[in-house]
Amino acid sequence: MARFFLKHLLFLCVTLTVVSLLVFLLTELTPGDVARKELGPYATQEQVEILTKKEGLDRPVLVRYVEYVGRTLSGDLGTSQRFRVPVKDIIFDRLQNTALLAAVSFALIVPLSMLLGVAAGMREGSLLDRTILLGSAVVASVPEFAIGVFLASVFVVTLGWLPGTAPLQSGGRWPIAAQMVLPVAVIVLFDMGYVVSMVRASMVEVMRQPYIRTAVLKGMRFRQVVLGHALRNAMINPVTIILLQINYLVTGVVVVESVFAYPGFGRMMLEASLYKDIALIEAGALVAVFVAVVTQILGDLAYMLLDPRIRA
Amino acid sequence: MGLDSTTETTAARAKPGRERREVARRLGARLALAGRLGESTTTVVGLSIVVFWVAMAVLAPVIAPYPPNATDVAAAGHPTPSAAHWLGTDHLGRDILSRLLWGARRVLTVAPIAVLSAAAVGTVLGLCAGYFRGVIDLVISRIADILLSFPVIILYMIVLAMFGSSALNIVLVIAVTKAPIIARIVRGLTLDLRNREYVAAAKMRGESALYIMFVEILPNARGPLIVDMCLRMGYTTITIGVLGFLGIGLPPPDPDWGGMVKDTYGMMSVWPHMSLIPCAAISSIVVGFNLLAIGLRETALRE
Amino acid sequence: MSEETPVLGLERVRLSYKLRAGEIVVAPDLSFRIARGEALGLVGESGSGKSTVAFAIMRYLGPLGRIAGGRILFEGKDIAAMGEAELRSIRGRRIAMVYQDPMSSLNPVMTIGRQLMEVPMLHEGVGAEEARRRALAMLVEVNFADPPAIMARYPHQLSGGQQQRIVIAMALIGKPALLIMDEPTTGLDVTVEAAVLALVQELRRKYDTALLFISHNLGTVAQVCDRLVVIYGGEIVEEGRIGDVFRSPSHPYTRGLLDCLPRLGRSKHEMPLRPIPGRPASPLARPSGCGFAPRCAHSEPGRCTVSAISSVELPGGGGHFVRCVKAAELGPWRQERGAAAIHAEGKAAAVLVHTEDLAKRYGQSGGVFGRKGAPVRALNGIDLELERGETLAIVGESGCGKSTFARVLSGLEVASEGRAALDGEEIGARPVEARPAALKRKLQMVFQNPESTLNPSHAAGYSVARASRRLRGLAAAEAWQEAERLLSVVGLSPELARRKPSQLSGGQKQRVAIARALAGEPEAVIADEPVSSLDASVQAAIVNLLSEIQSARGLSLVFISHDLAVVRYLADHVAVMYLGKVVEFGTVDAVFAPPFHPYTEALLSAVPEPDPERHGARIILEGSLPSAIDVPQGCPFASRCHRKIGAICETMPPPTQRLAEGHRIVCHIPAAELRSAEAGEAQAMRP
Repeated sequence: MARFFLKHLLFLCVTLTVVSLLVFLLTELTPGDVARKELGPYATQEQVEILTKKEGLDRPVLVRYVEYVGRTLSGDLGTSQRFRVPVKDIIFDRLQNTALLAAVSFALIVPLSMLLGVAAGMREGSLLDRTILLGSAVVASVPEFAIGVFLASVFVVTLGWLPGTAPLQSGGRWPIAAQMVLPVAVIVLFDMGYVVSMVRASMVEVMRQPYIRTAVLKGMRFRQVVLGHALRNAMINPVTIILLQINYLVTGVVVVESVFAYPGFGRMMLEASLYKDIALIEAGALVAVFVAVVTQILGDLAYMLLDPRIRA
Repeated sequence: MGLDSTTETTAARAKPGRERREVARRLGARLALAGRLGESTTTVVGLSIVVFWVAMAVLAPVIAPYPPNATDVAAAGHPTPSAAHWLGTDHLGRDILSRLLWGARRVLTVAPIAVLSAAAVGTVLGLCAGYFRGVIDLVISRIADILLSFPVIILYMIVLAMFGSSALNIVLVIAVTKAPIIARIVRGLTLDLRNREYVAAAKMRGESALYIMFVEILPNARGPLIVDMCLRMGYTTITIGVLGFLGIGLPPPDPDWGGMVKDTYGMMSVWPHMSLIPCAAISSIVVGFNLLAIGLRETALRE
Repeated sequence: MSEETPVLGLERVRLSYKLRAGEIVVAPDLSFRIARGEALGLVGESGSGKSTVAFAIMRYLGPLGRIAGGRILFEGKDIAAMGEAELRSIRGRRIAMVYQDPMSSLNPVMTIGRQLMEVPMLHEGVGAEEARRRALAMLVEVNFADPPAIMARYPHQLSGGQQQRIVIAMALIGKPALLIMDEPTTGLDVTVEAAVLALVQELRRKYDTALLFISHNLGTVAQVCDRLVVIYGGEIVEEGRIGDVFRSPSHPYTRGLLDCLPRLGRSKHEMPLRPIPGRPASPLARPSGCGFAPRCAHSEPGRCTVSAISSVELPGGGGHFVRCVKAAELGPWRQERGAAAIHAEGKAAAVLVHTEDLAKRYGQSGGVFGRKGAPVRALNGIDLELERGETLAIVGESGCGKSTFARVLSGLEVASEGRAALDGEEIGARPVEARPAALKRKLQMVFQNPESTLNPSHAAGYSVARASRRLRGLAAAEAWQEAERLLSVVGLSPELARRKPSQLSGGQKQRVAIARALAGEPEAVIADEPVSSLDASVQAAIVNLLSEIQSARGLSLVFISHDLAVVRYLADHVAVMYLGKVVEFGTVDAVFAPPFHPYTEALLSAVPEPDPERHGARIILEGSLPSAIDVPQGCPFASRCHRKIGAICETMPPPTQRLAEGHRIVCHIPAAELRSAEAGEAQAMRP
């Protein structure tokens, strides 16, 4: 067990280092001086050179990288050039918002997709199965923004039941809960398309195994066979996949955030990239990778705990 | 001579008859495969959708009623579908149908190229990692893991916002992020296939590692790989649409379905058709790819 | 026998599957009975429909299968007409089943204990306490030494034999009236099989359970069953008491099956095996009249091929039935002694392959930084010789290292220690990639599994042609012609070269593999269990083929097998391996007669002979193979040896006793003592 954590912790550190170096190189080695990016396209060459000297931007890249690492580890994430405030203030605030969205979505995705996936997979080829299979394929094919547009055209434009944006400001016309309905709906629908098909595939695979035949020929009812024998085996793979969805929910929902103007982490990164806000990009990338690797570790851990064949 | 082949030997006497029969048999086998594929409604529907859009893309220069960027000022006041503009115009008066057709060209060029590049790189790396194992596998797998732990959207945003988005950049960045997934799949298949006895037989007659990887192992990894590539085409199409929607896709004013949505969804309460139509277009083609993938997988299983 | 209702009665049962191509009738008209406490064997080759019958009795045919006609009466009630609830109450409780592959028949994420306890809790409504008690009691019955420990284990932590005993325990814990066993020992080592069969017989007598024993192996059926039913193409062709059927088989198919079996008393020098010509017809193309007629040497068009043949009872009583119109005309069956096809020549005993102290260890990976754990010692000092033009057989059970030996010789693995030489050139230390082309040519290999021996994406002849190109430098067109020629040498039509492997049968694929091995004109061929997964008749044909090729070309053959009957038939010299060591070596006559190494003795006694006079193995080995990581200091067999003489066997490595004609036995017991002890017992066995 200790070996497991040690190995993964090592991987986490290596990945963070590599990624941060990569991002650093990408942002600070790109065409156009860093200083020019700070000052904007209208500054004169002279101003750019002064700023370069002042901030020591003409020193070798690796030296600057090491400094950057040092600063980051001590908690100083730099200052956002666009908002003129420390990065720390912005990032965690936005992360919180996205976390809220992620939590609500996750709480819906997990039970719904397990229910549908198991119902579909337990009787392969049945009408219910074909419906769920094709339904999830179709839903997974529609990009999130398209789902957003479709839902908005029905519930916002035509019916007027829900707001079209979710700036998370209370005190306006719409309570916060109502603001969150559409973003959550879009995320849940889109992600479920994928997760349901994975749960279904795992269930189908398990139901084909000989030990299910053994259980049936022991005289058990179908429901007992599914719940007692099939489920535990069928859940091994999907649990890992479901945990990996957390990664998507935190960093991948930028599209939904954009459609509904939700002040989340993804949208922050998008704007930072468009405005070339270097400090924010670097810090955001680190956070994103951290979340990604941690969810991977959780997934591996779950797999190990669920499958006794691995636990040895 | 062994005893269980008497029936077959006598049947093969006439030489020219044999050749003809062989050709007929092969043709029959190909038709049977086509027939089997046709049995699955899912495959047929998926394939039809894909073929439809490919045809549209290919024929766009011929059948598009207007140049994609031409603005029709007269129509700008009434952008809803009409006789002159079958799908209406956007807020700048550009014909939506034409933009749709030309946009299909964009998508259906960039997506396949990206997927095929990712597949090429990923397959080679996966084969090497799975076949040679040891240090090579360790290095390739670790790199793949690191690349895979990077949230792709963030990468896209950083790279494309920093370096600007051109078709080439988009292809590169998609290929780099998809190659590790394919490498992992191919690696898994290779690890399994390398233990087959026909691989051992090939080693015993002195075949080189390159031959074994590409001639003995790869053809048998075809099935899952093809299914995966179909899926990947679908996802890549979504990605391209998403990039366009976020504003980091192909540069305006050239039509890009995602970009079309981005420009017009703000006006949804007044003119919903401007954003709904491109959304429907993207969705339909991805549905086509996904149905095709499902159908292929089922046909392969049934064999 | 009293007139009580039979436990199981099939009356004109018709089984079919619905496919896109139409309805396929797997069994048109089946009828047989099993009386209370009786054991009925169901014998047939693969594709004959025997498993379908088993599942039909349980009414588990899947969505596509159906019982299209007839009645399946269990204790008088028709299973085909029963309601779901009643069927469920019978399954697992009154009728239980044991399957072919025990590993996949057990739920991998549930403990053994839970899987056992489910049965009484489900059917008898007992509580957990009582169920646990019963499960423990059952584990004792199936000869587990430490039942509480086993209850907490998971299936993957047990060996194949142990898993099968668990499945048997699960089946018998409900005290069923009928036990169906579907090829229960296929895939188990022969000594493990002997133990399982002995267990089944004991339990059957104890619980008075009726048994339906399904197998393709006539030997196992002979050991366990009272009566026998032979199936071909979904039809019962012969039925009767075991003694009657084996002594006077009346149907040509039954005779064919018995003729093609190598027995422990036959060798290739006496006569070739007689395989049954042709292949079983697919159920889609069922011939009218007798299903076996296309392959029958005695068939008469008109009498045999027009209308359905009915079953006739033979004179002599005992319920011996045959479905053949010519049964009375065929004459009594004799195992013929034909003209010798192969001559045992006195040849110069030149040594072609020589190994000395050959050892192979596999390091175990583990630890965060790839620290190696204790190594697996697959080979521990092998000294063997292969003489030119003859067959060296290597026998042993799984884990003895025979496959590792094959891989080291062929260069797919590299030896860790010791020497191996082919014609004077070193091969043990050289992987096949490092061997010069001339050396590669000299030694080729035929593999075990016909399903994976040919690349499914290439034409069948492709690899044969490729081998000719690579090993003999032929040009592409020449190589293809050569491939076609080789295919006819191995008894296949050259046309098959263009076919894909999926269109060939197992036997045909294995022939192609042999052709491929011959493509380089090798001097020696290693055959690693080449016939183990083939039907008896196909096996016989391939064994004959190898024998012919060897005598025609003077080929030297290393034949690896666990099947002692085939080895006795084919080999000139035999090496018996156990846990990576050779425990006995000699000419085939010397090894198959006393004095035996105790392990050889146990192996020979465990072979299920298709001879109903011999009942069961004399020697049942206890315990299981020691781990190859922790190889015992003394004799590797000490932990299970029935002739162990004391502590010396565990602590001191036994000496190699050299007897006449190169016969070696590695044992502490002097050979003379072994000879007298074993000869006496062997004599007592045979009436």
